[in-house]
Amino acid sequence: MAKPSSSKGSESSAIDINNLFLTFETQTEPVHALSDINLKVEAGDFVSLIGPSGCGKTTLLRVIADLEKPTSGSITVEGKTAHQARLDRAYGYVFQTPALLPWRNIESNIHLPLEMSGYSKSEQKKLSQEYLSLVSLTGFEKKYPWQLSGGMQQRVSIARALSFSPDMLLMDEPFGALDEITRDRLNEELLRLWEQTQKTVVFVTHSIPEAVFLSTKIVVMSARPGKIIDVIDTNFPKDRNLDIRESKEFLKVSQLVREGLKEGHSDGS
Amino acid sequence: MEAKRLFSMLIGGTIGPVVILVTAIIMIWYAGAVYLNSSFLIDRYEKNNIEWTFSQLASDSWSMERPVLPSPHQIAKELKKTIWDKKITSPRSLVYHSRVTLSSSMVGFLMGTFLGILLSVGIVYVAALDRTLMPWIITSQTIPILAIAPMIVVVLGSMGIIGLVPKAMISTYLCFFPVVVGMVKGLRSPSIILVDLMNSYSASKVEVFWKLRLPASLPYLFASLKVAIALSVVGAIVAELPAGAQGGLGARLLSGSYYGQTSLIWAALITASVISATLVTIVGRMERAVNNRMGLQI
Repeated sequence: MAKPSSSKGSESSAIDINNLFLTFETQTEPVHALSDINLKVEAGDFVSLIGPSGCGKTTLLRVIADLEKPTSGSITVEGKTAHQARLDRAYGYVFQTPALLPWRNIESNIHLPLEMSGYSKSEQKKLSQEYLSLVSLTGFEKKYPWQLSGGMQQRVSIARALSFSPDMLLMDEPFGALDEITRDRLNEELLRLWEQTQKTVVFVTHSIPEAVFLSTKIVVMSARPGKIIDVIDTNFPKDRNLDIRESKEFLKVSQLVREGLKEGHSDGS
Repeated sequence: MEAKRLFSMLIGGTIGPVVILVTAIIMIWYAGAVYLNSSFLIDRYEKNNIEWTFSQLASDSWSMERPVLPSPHQIAKELKKTIWDKKITSPRSLVYHSRVTLSSSMVGFLMGTFLGILLSVGIVYVAALDRTLMPWIITSQTIPILAIAPMIVVVLGSMGIIGLVPKAMISTYLCFFPVVVGMVKGLRSPSIILVDLMNSYSASKVEVFWKLRLPASLPYLFASLKVAIALSVVGAIVAELPAGAQGGLGARLLSGSYYGQTSLIWAALITASVISATLVTIVGRMERAVNNRMGLQI
């Protein structure tokens, strides 16, 4: 398909969602999972979707990934339809669980998307080395998933999502199942990765500190019907570390998010 | 103290319990041989007015020509006679008959496994097949194999197909079922999250099959193969029973019962079960090798 070269230019957003609705038809009554979603994500943004469980944040991420089809409204990803973007492997998806294939060793798990993208054996080897070192797991190539801790497995899954160089990383509560200490460390690591790779990241979470610490833009959502309550921009230095969580600015943004969530809650009930 | 140590030695190891169990079975067997053969012997004693003692009854019942239940040493003698002392090409050799049965059961096993995998792939990938095939497959297994085996042999025989093929087909008939059931479950075993992962790479159906569904189904396949390979031997033997097959353990069972030679029947039975157990063990070894290769915990 011939496309004007400007469509992939800097003026087009990484993600552009307009008047998007998604209703699940169930046997009893329709569930309005997403209602009138409007969202623009610029290339290089780190966007967090935050809200109570059942607010549709994961569903919204899945719509962006074309794993779920919207009922109405429009969505473009990298200037293309979400479907075309998926076919072009425009994003790497990190799930709530590491989703590693148990019969493949770590290196071979990272090779999975590369095999399907037609990389040669030597390129696969080179890329898995590169991305394993990026998530500090050099030396674990030949180990199997069950031999690694939960945090290490999730790092492998991040390396796998990055390995084929998509422009975008979609993450669905990737650290939700991990303990607080591991989670803090991985948050710092993710921030460093984002800075190094310049990817656009969409990150689903229900932790306020996590959202505020990582994001350039926080999208606050409410439940039933799932809709966007507020979009909060943050402006922390790029080379921040966990210490900023004690700063006034951090607490102020956290307060804003908390109020947004509260407002959504009173609206919903 | 000594007795206690001896006891724990017997119970603790792997050999101890096996030896105890086998000894117990053999003792019960000898007792059973006396019990089952005695009525015939006692009749004979009384007819000939012979004074008999229990020790005489026991020794006689363990050395009858045509006992109801032959004693273990008689079966062992029969096994030695028909395995060790005969040329393996002789039609009186159990090795010869085992080879006949084994070759048709292996052909049947391979065909059944292939058919089973083919059907399961169809059922998992084609919704129409899922709804139409499964009831027929289940129905096929409700028909007693003893009823259908002679018909297959006779019908194929009238078409000029004799020998190995009809027997292998009956093994196939028994084998494909556990493979279909196991493989359908196995191919559907990957979690939704892994299917989503493959979709996020816009993987084709073929890629999802080879990289996700097939490897995930292997543990299920091996569980099915263990059942199938034992059934394949049963199928081959059942197929040899009707229409007077020329060779095979089934033909051997038939001629044993025809001539009332129970030790011959038992020797064939024991050979058949040793063959089945060996085959199941081989599949188990293959399963372990594959698991090792795939890095899975055993």
